Amino acid sequence: MPGKATRAAFGEALLELGARDERIVTLDADLSKSTMTVAFAKKHPDRAFNLGIAEQNMIGTGAGLALAGKIPFVCSFACFLVGRFETIRISVAYTNANVKLVGTHAGIAIGEDGYSQMGLEDVACIRSLPNIAIVQPADELETKQAVAYAVEHEGPVYLRLTRQTMEPVCPPDYRFRLGQWLVLRGGRDVTLIGSGGPIGNCLEAARLLAAESISAEVVNAASIKPLDEDLLLRSAGRTGHVVTVEDHALAGGLGGAVAELLGEVMPTPLKRLGVQGFGESGDSKGLYAKHGLDPAGIAASVRKFLNR
Amino acid sequence: MADVVRLDAIARECRVQIIRMLAHAGSGHPGGSLSVIDLVVTLMFGRMRHDPKRPDWPERDRLILSKGHAVPALYAAMARAGYFPEDQLITLRKLGSPLQGHPDRTTLPGIEAATGSLGQGLSISLGIALGLKMAGWPARVYCILGDGEIQEGQVWEAAMSGPQLGQPQHPLDNLTVILDYNKIQLDDFVAKIRDLEPVLAKWQAFGWPVVEIDGHKIDQIDKALDQAEATRGKPFFIVAHTVKGKGVSFMENQPEWHGKAPKPAEAIAAVREILGVSEAAWEEYLAKDSTTRALVGELRALERK
Repeated sequence: MPGKATRAAFGEALLELGARDERIVTLDADLSKSTMTVAFAKKHPDRAFNLGIAEQNMIGTGAGLALAGKIPFVCSFACFLVGRFETIRISVAYTNANVKLVGTHAGIAIGEDGYSQMGLEDVACIRSLPNIAIVQPADELETKQAVAYAVEHEGPVYLRLTRQTMEPVCPPDYRFRLGQWLVLRGGRDVTLIGSGGPIGNCLEAARLLAAESISAEVVNAASIKPLDEDLLLRSAGRTGHVVTVEDHALAGGLGGAVAELLGEVMPTPLKRLGVQGFGESGDSKGLYAKHGLDPAGIAASVRKFLNR
Repeated sequence: MADVVRLDAIARECRVQIIRMLAHAGSGHPGGSLSVIDLVVTLMFGRMRHDPKRPDWPERDRLILSKGHAVPALYAAMARAGYFPEDQLITLRKLGSPLQGHPDRTTLPGIEAATGSLGQGLSISLGIALGLKMAGWPARVYCILGDGEIQEGQVWEAAMSGPQLGQPQHPLDNLTVILDYNKIQLDDFVAKIRDLEPVLAKWQAFGWPVVEIDGHKIDQIDKALDQAEATRGKPFFIVAHTVKGKGVSFMENQPEWHGKAPKPAEAIAAVREILGVSEAAWEEYLAKDSTTRALVGELRALERK
């Protein structure tokens, strides 16, 4: 399976599921070509609504459609969608509307467009709401399963998707389940928990570290809320060291969620890798290198963390 | 034709309950609850198809009170209609009560959406109206906006969307929006804070058919709702001129009564005025009317607390 942006896999999944389930509708705010709902819209023009550049109204309209029995996918760049936090907080979360929020263009990996277009605080914001599940799939296979899961799941969901191509990491027989992580590579010395954009770099870093006799376990954490507490505690208990890797602000993301759990339940040495400060324009590889999210950067952080 | 006498009587009962529950709560919003109650009563008792025994009936008409702070009006009407016992009204704003300070859909069956964070109800109403149309259900959606509320930007996103959304297959002619134009917001008179005028022209410019009525005259409300139902191809907008605190002389047109509960003695005076009884005739009235006597007794007990 060649690599594919998770937003592209989302668009394909929507087309496929939409053909079988009449309840599925899409809402966009003039970014349907970027969120990849455009194929669904072409096939089902009567179930695809472009609300114009008005995200608050799009979110509220989505909530209303959900209250009338539809399954709305409300889509925009992660930053523009979650930027309308108060509307999500009341119209979706508190109303407990069965809305599927889809934030694409996650993280600094979008590159050239620069900070204002980068979703960097979205997980932190959504994570603070009591009832919205957060899923960040790693590759095409997992994305398609996560979208199917979101359709079946009764309640609000936030899907965080990448603009950039993601190489496949999940095995062909993989089954996504909310609250379940996947060990991509076993290891003894450190648990590397990655999600989204940098997951491939985590595997690459583990290979670099293996050459130096550091055995890193690599875990794909698609389900950010809820966490896979069992897997996390088991793996951390064995390796004694945890490193989180995400293309998101350091505050409040996956690393924050892991820190909260470990800190309360099983204090374990932890290093969080993510984006510090504002993002900026540049090529995505260069940006990942600058923020230490490339294979060499992750490997270097692990070495330092383990005093090796 | 609406039964004006019956609806006026129900509205009067609801006004009494609004005062009662706010006095018990010790906080809340009397002004906007009293300005909106004739609209709510005309809808719930004279227009809407709904069943308190089946609040999740898919084909019910929906009422979204976007100005969620006026929810005591909705609670009073819901209790009167049988959604829950009237006794429960005095649990308003108390720990563990489904009667939250602002509407909570998850705790009280019959509440359609969480509102009260202003500016959000119209967008939700658009979505519900569209979903009902797509499902082919004949149900109608009513959304009540506050005047200060429409200073929110999201309202104008929704205003721009309403007449266009769902076209051409599913125009939202099942949606009626009513502006409770009581001219006062929390801080002061609306015209002093951020004037809405010319408010009719604004909605017309966004593509809405608009009529203007007295929001305390049941027959005028009813006629406007007839016009809304007869309108095809577009949602309908009603500017209802109202009086903040309507029915209680010392609350009427007073910005301070936007968000202040009456003290027990004030509540008793307000109830007496709503019932149209003079001070001289009050004790005699209470002696004859056991319901009001009990209610006033409750309020007097509150005063002693």
